[in-house]
Amino acid sequence: MPSAPAGTLYRGREGMWSWVAHRVTGVLIFFFLLVHVLDTALVRVSPEAYNAVIATYQTPVMGLGEAGLVAAIVFHAFNGIRIILVDFWAKGPRYQRVMLWVVLGLFVVTMAGFLPRHLMHVFGGN
Amino acid sequence: MTTSPAIANPRDTYKRQKSTRSNFELYGWVFMRASGVILLVLIFGHLFVNLMVGEGVNAIDFAFVGGKWTSPFWQTWDLVMLWLAMIHGTNGVRTIINDYAERDLTRLWLKIALYTAFVVVTVLGTLVIFTFSPCPVDAPAELLPSVCTA
Repeated sequence: MPSAPAGTLYRGREGMWSWVAHRVTGVLIFFFLLVHVLDTALVRVSPEAYNAVIATYQTPVMGLGEAGLVAAIVFHAFNGIRIILVDFWAKGPRYQRVMLWVVLGLFVVTMAGFLPRHLMHVFGGN
Repeated sequence: MTTSPAIANPRDTYKRQKSTRSNFELYGWVFMRASGVILLVLIFGHLFVNLMVGEGVNAIDFAFVGGKWTSPFWQTWDLVMLWLAMIHGTNGVRTIINDYAERDLTRLWLKIALYTAFVVVTVLGTLVIFTFSPCPVDAPAELLPSVCTA
């Protein structure tokens, strides 16, 4: 495999950047998943151990991290559906660019439903 | 007498080359799409119940998890979510390692680390779901789910 290919298949724009974003969000989610299984496994140690660690998830800094994590998951999920449509729907490749804007629209709507409520929990104390 | 060269049977189906490879990558490709759709439902449901309903993230503690896992419904939900997400994520990172790690030894070691993490985390998570006790005997009652006192 040449490390500096003469010409590349990907030339920016929606197709390439959605692919990049899908990879970046996927890796982020995977590493959180590893940590999340480990922290949940503390229920097997003792209620005190689990509660102590989960309390750190309820601090403002981690609350913002959770907002970022949910954003990554929502994008990865909706863009994943777009990838499936590109692969299996006959007109998918033709509409891949439009579908990315639909993905981003659904992302904004979903986050608008989630963010105010989550930030209220994190910063409002209830 | 001269021996004639062997001529391939013209009725044989044409093969560009003998395939020495399995369909592993094809099944992996199908799995990413199938598991992705299921994971969308499972994870959106997980996030809604744990972060949106009631007091959201502030309500999560041992009693919350214990209350959920007394129900076979949530045990099954979390078990399927754990396995599908771990396989989906591990296969995704495997693809990324194949794309960017160009030296054979680098790929080998990264994959050893990846598969080790997969086995440890998946086995641990599975054991926790199956061996979990919502009412450990030596724990303070106020930290336990309501089913323990009922």
